[in-house]
Amino acid sequence: MNGMNGIAEIGFLQLTAAYVFLIILLVITRRQGTAKEKEIIISSLRMTVQLVLVGYALVYILELNHLLLSLGILLFMETFAVKNIYSRVKVDINAKLRRVIIFSMLTGTVTTLLYFLLVVINISPWYEARYFIPIAGMIIGNSMTAVSLGTERLISGIKAKRDLIEGALMLGATPSQATKSVVNDAFTAAVMPTINSMVGMGIVFLPGMMTGQILSGVSPLTAIKYQITIMLGILGSVSLTVFFLVGFGYKTFFNERAQLVERGEQ
Amino acid sequence: MFDLRNVRYKNILYIERLYLPANKITCITGESGSGKTTLLKLLNNLISSDSGEILYKGRNIEDLDPVQLRREVVLLPQTPVTFPGTIKDNLLIGRQFSEKPPVKNDELAALLGKVRLSKNLSSSAAELSGGEKQRLALCRVLLMEPDVLLLDEPTSALDDDTAGLVMELAAGYAREKKKTIVMVTHSKGLARNYGETIVTVKSGRIVNVEEAG
Repeated sequence: MNGMNGIAEIGFLQLTAAYVFLIILLVITRRQGTAKEKEIIISSLRMTVQLVLVGYALVYILELNHLLLSLGILLFMETFAVKNIYSRVKVDINAKLRRVIIFSMLTGTVTTLLYFLLVVINISPWYEARYFIPIAGMIIGNSMTAVSLGTERLISGIKAKRDLIEGALMLGATPSQATKSVVNDAFTAAVMPTINSMVGMGIVFLPGMMTGQILSGVSPLTAIKYQITIMLGILGSVSLTVFFLVGFGYKTFFNERAQLVERGEQ
Repeated sequence: MFDLRNVRYKNILYIERLYLPANKITCITGESGSGKTTLLKLLNNLISSDSGEILYKGRNIEDLDPVQLRREVVLLPQTPVTFPGTIKDNLLIGRQFSEKPPVKNDELAALLGKVRLSKNLSSSAAELSGGEKQRLALCRVLLMEPDVLLLDEPTSALDDDTAGLVMELAAGYAREKKKTIVMVTHSKGLARNYGETIVTVKSGRIVNVEEAG
């Protein structure tokens, strides 16, 4: 890294020394008798192994810096994100809504990512792995959380307001008119956490990416520029994905006769 | 107005043939659970029949735009919902859905007066009692000026006096504006007083159609 100062390298012994924090936690839980040792050890092991693997993989990926590789990783992340949404949402998702989730995630995140790479930071080549992968990760990860939240709110909202929706249909409302309040609630609920997280930024906490850049010797002024743009990028992607999700998602609860279907269209 | 042929809906309703005349008041009577409400829902396509056909003005309702149909053939359910907002919002929401211009406040107040609902237009609709909500909902559908009013037990939560008032208002609307009413009621008295045709449903089948003399 070509920062102001080179970064202090962490040696193997120093790395091992960090596990003292883990031992502290283990001692505390043993004393409390909460019997969580196994889980703690497994979690720490997973964290270590996963990061080591990713570290080596990234070294290879960044060096190779190939278009297909970047795209392959993007596809992998999208797949993982969609699967994660399916398992995170605790209520049944109908088949059509599942397809809407895939569509929203893909269009929302890819549009944002391309705009970000081509216009905002304007790198060349646009698929440069060093930028492409972490930025895609942040955009997809945050959109994933928002879409999970939006999906859950949409499904539970339509279930809870069933009578109101049918009452509106009886009066000649279109499905869009009848579900307007549910759709708006779901959108707000999904986007609010991102908006709220911007409020505390820089005061309550320093965001991970910015911290990482500063640690690696990048000027804080450069680091905040990255942080501001990525934060806006995340906001854009979250808004887009959730907009598509609720905008197409409510339709999956109606058939072609504009009748509310019990569990959504399969 | 409506012509039903071999209409089947699950195990709830089977109608071989039924004709509901235009510009008249038809009352549907029968025990609870006999399929009366299902029949009303079929007429404004809130549900679709499994087989058979329902003609509205000579056209199969499955070929009509369901939303346009429901703006013309409005269903007032037995326990109507109130939407979040004021009494005025609730009165106008039907017209708003069907993109009709709003009605002036004094006309709204006059309409409420006719069903003895002397409430402030700007007060919250959520605080109304069951009977008050039922009257508010009737006013709401009348304001939509539909061709057909489907009324499901419109007076079930009302005392006899108020019920009479509400029925007069609905029947008056049909007579003056040459509109059609199909009303479900378990009250034989109401059916005899207002029904020009009385249809009796039992266990999902039409057992009697009577033209009032």
